[in-house]
Amino acid sequence: MTQLLLMAWIFFKIGLFSIGGGYAMLPLINSELVGYGLMTAVEVTDIVAVSQITPGPFAINAATFAGVKTAGLPGGVVATAAVVLPSLIITTLLARYFFKFEDNIIVRRVMWGLRPVVTGLIASAAVLAALPALYGIESFSDFRWDTALSGLDIPSAVFALLSGIAIIKFKRSPVLIILAAGIAGLLLFGVFGV
Amino acid sequence: MAERRSLLRIFLTMLKIGALTFGGGYAMVPLFREEFVSKNGWISDEDMLNMIALSQSVPGAIAVNCSILIGYRLKKLRGALVALSGVVLPSLIVLTAVTYLYTAVRDNPYVAGALRGIRAAVVALLVSAFLSFMKPFYKDAVSMTAFFAAFILSVVFGINSIYIILGAMAFGVTAGIWRVRTAPPVKGGKP
Repeated sequence: MTQLLLMAWIFFKIGLFSIGGGYAMLPLINSELVGYGLMTAVEVTDIVAVSQITPGPFAINAATFAGVKTAGLPGGVVATAAVVLPSLIITTLLARYFFKFEDNIIVRRVMWGLRPVVTGLIASAAVLAALPALYGIESFSDFRWDTALSGLDIPSAVFALLSGIAIIKFKRSPVLIILAAGIAGLLLFGVFGV
Repeated sequence: MAERRSLLRIFLTMLKIGALTFGGGYAMVPLFREEFVSKNGWISDEDMLNMIALSQSVPGAIAVNCSILIGYRLKKLRGALVALSGVVLPSLIVLTAVTYLYTAVRDNPYVAGALRGIRAAVVALLVSAFLSFMKPFYKDAVSMTAFFAAFILSVVFGINSIYIILGAMAFGVTAGIWRVRTAPPVKGGKP
């Protein structure tokens, strides 16, 4: 019960502060769930992957995944309900009282001003995903600059580089990248044991 | 017509969109438009565009916010709840199954191999995400300062993202009011 209440509180906060949708939730998941030891950085990376190849918004997928992992099915339902609750409250209030003011200049400016900050936080989420994936370490405090090259897991780095080229240069869809990386990883690391 | 706009129809339409859209919020928005504006004519295109803009300006997932607004517009609070449930339910069911499966098989050597490849690909995915979000402001010194400040506070100092966002909001309100006359008007950008 305590765990469900904690789940509800954490995901309510995540829903309330994920401004800009989707990936903007990632830094909050890192701070709240990884920070409190409810998930590992690797699991957060796995949610991103799972979310790309399953239907629905990232926020809901992430909440269900984290909730079910931590506290079973009730955890999933509570986390999902909690993550949408701020949206429900804020959006219906706005729809009811301020629907004509959706172009409110101050609100839009504040949201616009938040974009660089949210983007910086997403960049930090990319680093937090890169540490376990490319170096096998869990947090930035374990990272040493003198082993930045020698500590790199070369096959994984090649995977990341090729995926990056496929996404940025050739505009391939994330679903395709995840599936291709999964199949290549299964063959290379699973079957041939690279 | 009034019959057709029943709660059940709203629920089923949202359920369909929730079950068939891969890739999150921005993939859903065109489907909302197709179903509620083009196909059913329940909502005018102008209203829909306003709702999409508002969805981006409030906290939470864009698809979730947009579905709540559509439901509310059609059937008030009950409509909002029904629309939200429809959009959320497929994810909840699929992800519950996937999570149990993941926990059971993640240590299997073949699955572990696949996951090792996928985790590296996700790094590239996230890098490409923040690079594309950066496009509208990478030439603006103030924005880039905010970007690096948030990045360093988060990675190096491990400050909780909520405090960074709260700090940025407080700063944004002050600076926003101060800059309101000088800066050009802004539009909703990409996710």
